[in-house]
Amino acid sequence: MLLIECPWCGFRAETEFSYGGEAGIVRPADPDALSDAEWADYLFYRRNPRGAHRELWNHAAGCRRWFGVERDAVTYRIERSYTLNDADPAGRAPGSESGTEAHRRSRVGSPAGDGDTARVRSGADAKDDSTANAGAGEQQ
Amino acid sequence: MTAAQPNRLPQGGRIDRTRPLAFTFDGKACEGYAGDTLASALIANGVSLVGRSFKLRRPRGIVGSGAEEPNAIMQLGEGAAAEPNVPATQVELRDGLVARTTRGWPGVRFDVGVINDVFGRMLGAGFYYKTFMYPRSWWKYYEHAIRQSAGFGRAPDAPDPDNYEHMNAHCDVLVAGGGPAGLMAALTAAESGARVILADEQTEFGGSLLGSAERIDGAPAMEWVAVTLARLRDHADCKLLTRSTVFAYHDHNFLTIVERCTDPPETFREGTQIGRSGVDDRHFDDGKPEGRRGPSGRDQPGEHDRRGGHDGRGAPAGRPHRVSNAAGRHDGSAAHIRERLWRVRAGQVILAQGSFERPLVFCNNDRPGVMLASAVSTWINRYGVLPGRRAVIFTNNDSAYRSAIDLADAGAEVAAIVDSRRGGAAELGSRAREHGIAVLEGHVVSDVAGRQHVRGISIARWHGDSWATVSPTIRIDCDLVVMSGGYSPAVHLHSQAGGRLAWDETRLGFLPTESRQPNVSAGAGNGSRSLEECLADGLSAGKEAVSRPGLKGTTVVMPTVSASAENPTEALWRVPAAKDPDRCAKQFIDFQNDTTVADIRLAAREGYRNVEHVKRYTALGFGTDQGKLGNINGMAVLADTLGKAIPEVGTTTFRPAYTPVSFGVGAGESVGELYEPVRKTAIHEWHEAAGAPMEVVGQWHRPWYFPRDGEDLHAAVARESLAVRNSVGLMDASTLGKIDACGPDVVEFLERIYTHDVGRMKVGRCGYGIMLGEDGMLMDDGVLARLGEQRFHLTTTTGGAASVLNWLEKWLQTEWPELRVYLTSLTEQYSTFALAGPDSRKVLDKLGCDIPLDRDSFPFMNVRPAMLAGMPVTLFRVSFSGELAFEINIASNLALAMWNKLMEAGQRFDITPYGTETMHVLRAEKGFVIVGQDTDGSVTPVDLRMNWLLSRNKDFLGKRSLRRPDCLRKDRKQLVGLLSPDARTVLPEGTQLIEEPASRPPVPMCGHVTSSYQSAVLGHPITLALVTGGRARRGEMIYAALPERDPMPVEIVAPVFYDADGQRQHV
Ligand SMILES: [Zn+2]
Repeated sequence: MLLIECPWCGFRAETEFSYGGEAGIVRPADPDALSDAEWADYLFYRRNPRGAHRELWNHAAGCRRWFGVERDAVTYRIERSYTLNDADPAGRAPGSESGTEAHRRSRVGSPAGDGDTARVRSGADAKDDSTANAGAGEQQ
Repeated sequence: MTAAQPNRLPQGGRIDRTRPLAFTFDGKACEGYAGDTLASALIANGVSLVGRSFKLRRPRGIVGSGAEEPNAIMQLGEGAAAEPNVPATQVELRDGLVARTTRGWPGVRFDVGVINDVFGRMLGAGFYYKTFMYPRSWWKYYEHAIRQSAGFGRAPDAPDPDNYEHMNAHCDVLVAGGGPAGLMAALTAAESGARVILADEQTEFGGSLLGSAERIDGAPAMEWVAVTLARLRDHADCKLLTRSTVFAYHDHNFLTIVERCTDPPETFREGTQIGRSGVDDRHFDDGKPEGRRGPSGRDQPGEHDRRGGHDGRGAPAGRPHRVSNAAGRHDGSAAHIRERLWRVRAGQVILAQGSFERPLVFCNNDRPGVMLASAVSTWINRYGVLPGRRAVIFTNNDSAYRSAIDLADAGAEVAAIVDSRRGGAAELGSRAREHGIAVLEGHVVSDVAGRQHVRGISIARWHGDSWATVSPTIRIDCDLVVMSGGYSPAVHLHSQAGGRLAWDETRLGFLPTESRQPNVSAGAGNGSRSLEECLADGLSAGKEAVSRPGLKGTTVVMPTVSASAENPTEALWRVPAAKDPDRCAKQFIDFQNDTTVADIRLAAREGYRNVEHVKRYTALGFGTDQGKLGNINGMAVLADTLGKAIPEVGTTTFRPAYTPVSFGVGAGESVGELYEPVRKTAIHEWHEAAGAPMEVVGQWHRPWYFPRDGEDLHAAVARESLAVRNSVGLMDASTLGKIDACGPDVVEFLERIYTHDVGRMKVGRCGYGIMLGEDGMLMDDGVLARLGEQRFHLTTTTGGAASVLNWLEKWLQTEWPELRVYLTSLTEQYSTFALAGPDSRKVLDKLGCDIPLDRDSFPFMNVRPAMLAGMPVTLFRVSFSGELAFEINIASNLALAMWNKLMEAGQRFDITPYGTETMHVLRAEKGFVIVGQDTDGSVTPVDLRMNWLLSRNKDFLGKRSLRRPDCLRKDRKQLVGLLSPDARTVLPEGTQLIEEPASRPPVPMCGHVTSSYQSAVLGHPITLALVTGGRARRGEMIYAALPERDPMPVEIVAPVFYDADGQRQHV
């Protein structure tokens, strides 16, 4: 049973948490503009790495906050937990070294050259407010 | 030696001779002493035959003295309290114990299956796979016969009457194993200020020292153990657990320990009460009666008489069945816990579980009377039992010489030590000779005579080639063969934790190397051989575990042990025989699974190379053995046969559990009424008083129907549904999920969640809403009511309440944190009643409502706050039955009063309470779906003809998926109604639908029935179904495939059966 650090409550047993899958899957701003393959990539394809994995956890039986965890999928060792406020839009932890190289993923039948173009942010970006700054960084 | 216990030595051992205990073995009365195990008591009573082997039915005796024992697998107790598959070596003897052999029919002395041994040549590796494979249809008969004859004990025939509990604990250092290394490590850690848990599976700490005559600090080793335990008890943060096996090592240094706490009953302690904090519970040391004291010195509350009326397992008879709650039993006394599961999160783990002595692999090495050397020393030194009168020792290492000396000191005749090594032993060799024991160096035992018990052995000169033949030249009569093939470290937990193993060519074993989790191995489990090495290893492991900031460091020093030099162990994996390896008498590697050298060789010949495959083909290391006794010998024989080195072959994977763990302790307190939470509505007692059977829906107990005058389900449902259609009915719908959603951005948020145009809803309006997963499939449905510009009341399905809230929260937190929306679950704070039927408005009028209820003032799909019978309510004009209906939301503490008022006011309209079954019938008559019944996660709103709910003006979750090619297929299953021409048969839900009645298998299926009821108002059955391309197929006939009947034709119709234009709800 994993020992997970909730950024708000501290270290707690895994049974208090629920799992939310890969972190940094950003909902496309305009789903209608996507091809079937691009939409399928957002919907179904996950990185599933043999090694470092950024994932979402929810402190379901505690403060009910969602947060990010960097966990090794082989050793199950947890490198760190981070709040989503601190994460960049791809879900990477603050100060993460793994960078875009590790984040790049294979795409099946995608016409788009850059794997991340489909992953622009909805919500914050669509609204012209200050919280969108992180999203702008992603697009540079 | 007494007549009752012919093999009991006149003195010695750690047993209490003033406390004789009576027990039975296969119905025969026997006697032992407190402190015995069942195994030591059986040997004391002269019992040598304890079972028949699994496959070949050979007679078997006790081989080991601990968890590795392969043969003495017992059935304890009877009836509900029966416990199968317990090694006799791990059963504390207690008064009244009833033990039986598990294998051998009709009895161990004469077993009909013994024919298997005579024809054993046919029963080699993979025999079952090969023989019982064909014809396939016969397998069910084979399986029955095999299971019948291969019994491994019998499961209890009634629910377990005992209590179990779970405890959570945290510590800086968990030490698994309380032998010399574990004690030394625990002491070092505790004296450094660490919080320590020390767990050992035996009744006493000491490990190998319990059965040895070695000395520490110039005194018997057990005196050092006593001093060490006293020092550990001085530390408030040190918990000592005996009878406690660390059986599994999980992720992040989480380990589970099973503590056997009520055996024997005399050791019942205050620490075993339910609900008591386990912290600083240090009275687990020695199993003596003073263990009953509690740390606070209080008396034992509710002491039971645990001496009389035992059921064979030490559980008092006739006591209440179950605890009523976590704090104690119905009578308020402490519950009697049989086993406790400790769930421990440890900073560091020290693995000091010792090692297993290996058997030697020679012909007929499984005869009763062939024992491991360490076991023989344990019988003599710990239990005062002498297992034979005339012994031969067969060894490839020095340690077995100690057993020879122990035997001689105890008065047995040691005919010879047969040592495969040309150089023999070092100092222990001279000591043995001083005892007058003959030592035959460079020799091996090639065969054993005797069938039910050892009668003698043959000895041959050993030339160094395991696979050549030898000529036995010496025969010796004896009744005990003591064997030692060296030691294998118990690396199970290290391996379970993901640690690696490496073969050590000098120590001849797999040793733990790299750990994946914070743990360190110590002692014999780490390859230490002498007592001195074990203690030193424990000391350094203890220091390593506490070498981090915050702890003060240790002053513990090494005790003095007279070290004696030993000669290296010789690799002797298979002992040569007079005939070649495939024709000589059986040489057993795994006693429990009857795996022999010839089986491993056969597997290799048939192409098995991978050790995991060989394991499964030959059953090596199956059962309770789990690689304890035969693993290394088996790997080595396989390696030899394949011409490989042992590390190339490798070892099999170690998985939990290390020893068998009862189902009871796994379940803990979560049994019976504590198995699952029960959720009751505020009206629950009224429903019960009305005699309503309950239906469990997502832990809620909901009234199913309200039978009147002996009605059955069908009669009651017909009456209830006609009441709603013709007058008025009342249903408790409180279990509906209720979520308050508010905030400046609530409309924007709900627009993204729900599929319809939420923003168009005016304050005071209700709307039916559905939400989809991003894959476009229907996830949940309910009613949205706009209570204010920035406030909505959302309802969800009963089962979806929690998951919908999670879903909404996840989007708000992870994707749209900029939206200012606040969600609050109100499911339990508010109760909901559905008042449905043409007379429902009259009931409210009679009760007195402060708002106008007429059709124009309060139209269908509107919501109003109101005072009803002087109580504040929220009224919703929504209908799940298609009738004029009101849903009444009221604070739960007022709910029962309101319910009673409604029933009273409705009396003159024959108001009828109705349950979930009638609710289902009414909604099915209207074609309203139930998410999770008519849908299954693969159904889109388009499949359900809900296109009118899908907004074209906005995006919403799942919308894009509805354009995926798969969602546009013409042959998707779509919701339809079905009617049967006979107007009588109610199709079972789940019935498969087919196109052609006379198709031959495999029959293609074109759909299935999702809802099916008898409609009282229509007078015939109605059916909802999902049918391939169904919407375009109105009027077509398809067929329902029914078991034991011909397929029945059914007609595809529209899925609305009653009031198709929906007039009745608008009145
Ligand atoms: Zn938390």
